[in-house]
Order: sequence, then C-alpha cells, then structure tokens
Amino acid sequence: MRTDDTSEPAAATITPYEDGPLLVRGDFALVTPDGERIDARRGTVALCRCGKSALKPFCDGTHKVVDFRAGTSREG
Amino acid sequence: MPEPADRRYGPAPLPQPRGPLSAAVTDALRRAPHDLPASLGADLDPADPLTDEDLQLTLFLCYELHYRGWRGVDEDWEWQPTLLGLRARAERPFEAALRRLVGSPRVPSAGVAAGLAELVAADDGPSLATTLQRHADLTQFREFVVHRSVYHLREADPHSWALPRLGGAAKAALVEIQTDEYGNGRLDRMHAELFRTTLGRLGLDTGYGAHLDAAPAVTLATNNVMSLFGLHRRLRGALLGHLAAFEMTSSLPNRRYGNGLRRLGFDEVATRFYDEHVEADAVHEQIAAHDMCGGLVRAEPALAPDVLFGAAAGLAVDRLFAAHLLDSWAAGRSSLRSPAPRSLSMPTTVLPSVAGGPLAGVA
Ligand code: FES
Ligand SMILES: [Fe+2]
Ligand SMILES: [Fe+2]
Repeated sequence: MRTDDTSEPAAATITPYEDGPLLVRGDFALVTPDGERIDARRGTVALCRCGKSALKPFCDGTHKVVDFRAGTSREG
Repeated sequence: MPEPADRRYGPAPLPQPRGPLSAAVTDALRRAPHDLPASLGADLDPADPLTDEDLQLTLFLCYELHYRGWRGVDEDWEWQPTLLGLRARAERPFEAALRRLVGSPRVPSAGVAAGLAELVAADDGPSLATTLQRHADLTQFREFVVHRSVYHLREADPHSWALPRLGGAAKAALVEIQTDEYGNGRLDRMHAELFRTTLGRLGLDTGYGAHLDAAPAVTLATNNVMSLFGLHRRLRGALLGHLAAFEMTSSLPNRRYGNGLRRLGFDEVATRFYDEHVEADAVHEQIAAHDMCGGLVRAEPALAPDVLFGAAAGLAVDRLFAAHLLDSWAAGRSSLRSPAPRSLSMPTTVLPSVAGGPLAGVA
C-alpha cells in the first residue's frame, strides 16, 4: 500500500537501500542527543544500518564485507 | 588562438608522441586545421589495443579536444572531419578489445542493480589498495598519484557527458551524484580541487595534464574508456554502468589509500581527498546502482546489457592498471614512463620528515 501523499511532498525522506544504508534527503538536521549539530557535509547522506561502519552514523561501505542483508520496506 | 590567463585548469601542452600515429596527429595539431591523409591509421591492427602506447595516446589526443583542448592547438580541430574519421578508426580496435575482455555479462532476473553487485563482488583483481596502505614507499605512492592525476584533475567530467542524454529518474540520480563530485558548486570542495591539494602536498606538479608524458598506455586506457562511452550516445548505458562500478568499488579502497598516506607521515590536508571519498562514495554507490542505472533500465530496458558491459569494462581495465603498478614494483621498476614525475619546487616544511630519503631521488 502506498502511504505517500504526493500532493504535499515531505520535507525530508529516508530510504532503505537493499542490503545497504538508509539514504536521507531533503531538509533535515543530524543532531546528537544533546542537540549538537553533526556535520553532514553533503545534501544526501547514507546512514549505516549494518552497525559495522567505522564512520558512524554514516555508512562507509563496510556492509558489503560483512554480507549485510536487509530489505527496502517494512519487515513484519 | 586565445590562451587562458590561468593555466591551472588546462589546456595542457601537447604530449610527446609514442609512435607513428600519435606523431602524425601531434604534428598536424600544431598547424591550422587541414585534412589528414585517408591512409592514416587505415591499417591499424595493434596486437593489444589496451596497452598499445601509440593507439592509446592517439585516442587521448583526439578525445582531449572535447574536454579542455590542447595548448596552442586551434579549437576548430575538435570537429575536423578527417580527424574524427581517424578517431573512429582508432576506436574500433579499442572497443573490440574491451568487448573481448569482458564478453557479455548476464543480466540477472533480479535486475541491473543486482547484476552490478555481482560484478563488483566477483572483482578479485590484485589489491593495489592493500599494497598502498601497508607497503608502498613514498616514491611508489607518488607514482600512483601521478597515474591517477590524469583522471582526478577532471574528476566527474566524463560522466557529465550523460546529462543531456538522459531524462527522468536516471538524470535526477546522476545530478545528485555529480553535485557532490563538483563540491555542490563550491570550488574548494570540488573533488578535482581536493585532489590538486593532495598532489601539491606530495610535491608534485598540480597543473591539468601535467603528468601525461609519464602515464603509460594502460593509464590512458582507464581514461579513454570513459571518453569512448561518454562521447557516443549509443554507449550511454555503458557510461552509467562505468560510473556505478566506479562508485561501488571506491569507499573501501579510499580508506586504504588515506591510511597509506598517514603511514607515510602525511597530514589530513593531504588525505582529505581520500577521506572524503570513503563517505561520499558510500552515498554515491547506492544512488548509482539503484536510482541511476535502475532508473535508466526501467525507462529503457534494452540498455541493461550495456550497463553491465560498461561496469565490467571499467573494472577490467582497472585490474590491468593495478596489475601494471604491482608488477612493475615487484620487479623493482618504476610504473611510469619517465621515472621522475614533474615536481614542484616545494618548501621542505610542507613535506613530512620521512620524505627526505625517498624524495631525494626524484626532486
Ligand atoms: S550500512 Fe554501510 S557500513 Fe553499515
Ligand atoms: Fe569523487
Ligand atoms: Fe563519487
């Protein structure tokens, strides 16, 4: 079921990529629990979801070496 | 002809010829545009087009007219019909060699992104990255940077040829990647500029095309493959596949390159180009495989085999490049054509203390 309302696009989107990171686009801020800004350095960022990146919270490609598997939509 | 006041960004001076064909082309380019003899390159049949110095330099001479041009060369040569004819005669054995090298990669039922992932996972070439991280000395690291300077000083440009040829999702994805490659329009963040800084930190000439004479055929081939795909609309699928393979094999090696430079005593200004690519290309590879190549094939399903051909060709030529460097070093030789890359006269303070020994021979 599609749940997006295309008449009013979201300010930011988060997309799970197959067997890889979450890509965040749009108008967002990455912040620490204390509210400090984490410099994203680029408009679109990849957030690690395999847990193995040496650059967390960003993806550094390590998911490929650890054979991470994850889908692209809601599981369960 | 007009010459730019600022020569950092080209045009580069014409390189030294490497055989009869590149000699005929450089001679012709020094004069006003004129018809070349139809016999020029008519009997072209190099044993190995990918490592043929004369053929690869001839292709590079022709292609560069579409990028920054050549210093002192009339800009009308770009569309001179007989030169374009010669380029086509030189491209035929080159493209045939690429197709022989990789065959026709199978498109899996799971789609083109899965096919790209399979190609990348099966890419078991010699690990140049591991050698640079752990063992290379400063002379060898400088050689690596000299080879790569041919591309990195115009990083992203060959793939930009695809932009006007695409629409829809594939175009949006390519723009998303290229925006980052070009530093979001900020000069100091452009990847080509980050690389210029690394070159300077290593005491090497930072001028566009400064190291062409040192770059052997296989290095030129890694560039010519992008120009071949980029300058032929019919090969747009291969061009996007090439970019995807490039992005998908970048994050992990770039971590190693940066660590190699740190091991040699260089600071974070020198390693920024590599450090930036660890993070950037982890983003780019997802966009390239799923949104860009996936988007292209959703719009033009018949291009799926071309995408995988371009990816496989890029990976294969890069394996030849890596093997050349590693074999040269294992045999105690330089991997460059002229063993002393063009250096800048650098104040010694910007070089790390460990640089004294190995640099002494090439200063
Ligand atoms: S998802 Fe890429 S490193 Fe974790
Ligand atoms: Fe880049
Ligand atoms: Fe990239």
